[in-house]
Amino acid sequence: MASIGHVTPQTMHFAEPLPLRSGASLSAYDLVYETYGALNADKSNAVLVCHALNASHHVAGTYAGQERSEGWWDNLVGPGKPLDTNVFFVIGVNNLGSCFGSTGPMSPNPATGQLWGADFPVVTVEDWVDAQARLLDRLGITRLAAIIGGSLGGMQALSWTLRYPERVRDCIAVATAPSLSAQNIAFNEVARRAIITDPDFHGGHFHAHGVIPKRGLRVARMIGHITYLSDDSMEEKFGRELRAAELGYSTQDIEFQIESYLRHQGDKFSEYFDANTYLLITRALDYFDPALAFGGDLSRAFEVARHIRFGVVSFTTDWRFSPARSREIVKALVDNRIEVSYAEIAAPHGHDAFLLEDPRYHGVLKAWFSRIAVDVRDGALAAGGSDV
Amino acid sequence: MARLRRGAPMSSRRELEVIAELVPTGSRVLDLGCGGGELLAHLRDARGCTGYGVEIDDQNVLACARRGVNVIQLNLEEGLALFEDASFDVVLQLQTLQHLRNTERMLRETARVGRQGIVSFPNFAHWPNRMSVLRGRMPVTKTLPYQWYDTPNIRVGTFADFEVLAQRNGLRIRDSFGLNGGQPVRRWPNLLASVAVFSFERS
Repeated sequence: MASIGHVTPQTMHFAEPLPLRSGASLSAYDLVYETYGALNADKSNAVLVCHALNASHHVAGTYAGQERSEGWWDNLVGPGKPLDTNVFFVIGVNNLGSCFGSTGPMSPNPATGQLWGADFPVVTVEDWVDAQARLLDRLGITRLAAIIGGSLGGMQALSWTLRYPERVRDCIAVATAPSLSAQNIAFNEVARRAIITDPDFHGGHFHAHGVIPKRGLRVARMIGHITYLSDDSMEEKFGRELRAAELGYSTQDIEFQIESYLRHQGDKFSEYFDANTYLLITRALDYFDPALAFGGDLSRAFEVARHIRFGVVSFTTDWRFSPARSREIVKALVDNRIEVSYAEIAAPHGHDAFLLEDPRYHGVLKAWFSRIAVDVRDGALAAGGSDV
Repeated sequence: MARLRRGAPMSSRRELEVIAELVPTGSRVLDLGCGGGELLAHLRDARGCTGYGVEIDDQNVLACARRGVNVIQLNLEEGLALFEDASFDVVLQLQTLQHLRNTERMLRETARVGRQGIVSFPNFAHWPNRMSVLRGRMPVTKTLPYQWYDTPNIRVGTFADFEVLAQRNGLRIRDSFGLNGGQPVRRWPNLLASVAVFSFERS
């Protein structure tokens, strides 16, 4: 299917302070974003795509002159694709605290003139959603046709329906959870300790020392990567395959292909990802728990989202965000008599499946977006708009 | 994993309408084993009903999504923990019960979740089936188009059997009849109907 072609990121500056959940506030900040497709006359066809841990505003399309620069959800977003840019105006935003352009630890701290580094305030999913809402205000979009995200992006999508229910028509939450489990937090903590105990970390102010805690980042990525794959997919891809013809009887050299793969992933990641961002984003994951304010009752948390229609997707081999966690979301919605559809896709790829093309998965998303497109068109007709 | 399919004969339009007439207008409905969502779409469009379908099969889930029917992909064998007591006006379980290992538990779950339950299943006491068994062979008919070794119908029961099971589980039968070629059969349904239909509630 056709790609959206070359795209260009934009930057929006915000001078009004953003109050954060921690009690701190960001006095001014930039958000980097991309848009695909055209906003219709009554601005009713906007779909916001929320990104997960290591992704960005670059959801779809390519950058001119850059090989292999496809956006992270290019298989889903584009002309004729399930999230069809011939119909919808699609927005990808880079979250605060990230290292891909929006204000974060690698931006200068106006108070000191130095890079924020470890002093960048702790941000939460709710803070991101608030910042995204301000971007929509600037774009003149009062209500989203849909909000969609996978994994940590799915948490943002859910959070939108709780913080700004009147601004969302449809919510599609993929491979996500209403909160992290103890095991999930444990994995995040191992990753954080790997970074923090790297001698090059320097309490997060490594830039001042002219170093980067790459060893910590590598290990953090390695552990993360294990949790994104399923046992079966790892077995199929690598099995016990050796790198050399025979065992080397070394405890420190690479013997198995899986070791080689993980080290390669770690190396790649440590070249482009910021250590402080990794700490911030894993913390945002840990903190997300919308049921907490309701005594742990997720159903009560979703009472405000009664008029929103939901689509929830999970993957059977995803053990990081298991189907059981998606069913918790579905149950909370059903308890509130909220319109919801739930697809549990028997995909072998583990958590990573949400980024891959699967005809069942994409088929369901295409059907849901087609239904949303009809509602957008009917709404535009009802409002007397001619732009359909 | 058990594949839950609507038996082919069930999907006849007339049969669907007969069942739909048992569902009060504006009801909140849960359709267990909802197939492609035909009945739910009909109940929504013709009777103003709301609710969800439950389906295990990927193709059926997709068909529901395309029809604009809310569907929840679940294996019914795992029970209905997702749904609270008496949270639906009507729980439908059409041509599904016979595919489940734990038939009795599902029936109880149906009665727990819905104020009214409606089930349909193939009636093995239909006279052609009796004839077949008398001849020494398991029946293979329009309603039961499978051989004994490949049938998804792992529970084999009759109209009369269900009355006993319902009583055993404290269910009060509101209405019951048979279906044959989409037409209701109210006279000697255990003998004359290929499909049994029961509407019940907790007593």
